[in-house]
Amino acid sequence: METIFFYIIALVALGSGLIVVLCKSPVNSALGLVNTFFCLAVFYVMLYAPFMAAVQIMVYAGAIMVLILFVIMLLNLGTEARKRYTHGVVWAALASLLSLVTFLVFIKKGQITGAAGDITKDVVMSVGHTELIGKTMFTEFLLPFEIASILLLVAIVGAVVLAKKEV
Amino acid sequence: MISVYHYMTIAAILFAMGTYGVLTRKNAIVIFMCIELMLNSVNLTFIALSRHLNNMDGQIFVFFVMTVAAAEAAVGLALMISFFRNRESIDVEEIDLLKW
Repeated sequence: METIFFYIIALVALGSGLIVVLCKSPVNSALGLVNTFFCLAVFYVMLYAPFMAAVQIMVYAGAIMVLILFVIMLLNLGTEARKRYTHGVVWAALASLLSLVTFLVFIKKGQITGAAGDITKDVVMSVGHTELIGKTMFTEFLLPFEIASILLLVAIVGAVVLAKKEV
Repeated sequence: MISVYHYMTIAAILFAMGTYGVLTRKNAIVIFMCIELMLNSVNLTFIALSRHLNNMDGQIFVFFVMTVAAAEAAVGLALMISFFRNRESIDVEEIDLLKW
């Protein structure tokens, strides 16, 4: 049951990824991207990370996609003029295929090493995912968290300065 | 049974698709969306490996990737608006002021 569900969601995610990459109209690409984000959120739930799924939907499918759609409609972008640069497409396809083959070989042949922790599925189910994330973030990763907040502040100021009328 | 390798394969395919989009598209916003796709595939890898190793650190990394993506979205879209105001287009072929 879980396997069938996984394959259906994977199919939808890859299909909407193709829509993002291949559609001529930017609005269609944006809608495909929203669909991909939702599929990834489903994967996160299947991986016992419900907090990450909620953040994915709120931050990506909510905030970032609204921003992108807003800019697309503000700039009134039509479909791209379809100029054919076939050699560019061929090289891009070769590069992405090469990287894909490399990734798949590594995934197939490599073995996963790393510091294994003790937070199993059962711990997540009994303690709660949000609580675990919060505990880790506000003890071990407190300094990166504060740096991230400064980064967001700088980004806000930068966006306002760049988008002002008199640049 | 779904293993971590299935998730990593999906993420690898999504990443390759995003690479193809970044290299072929001409519209700056679509290139931007392809970059978001690549960032998301990396997030999926992080969470799958974090579950596989029973370790929380990967999910904290996903949190920071999302923060950086949000900052990037704000600044990148402001740049595009500013460029559109000057050139009436956001075709990357026309962004050649520093070319010689």
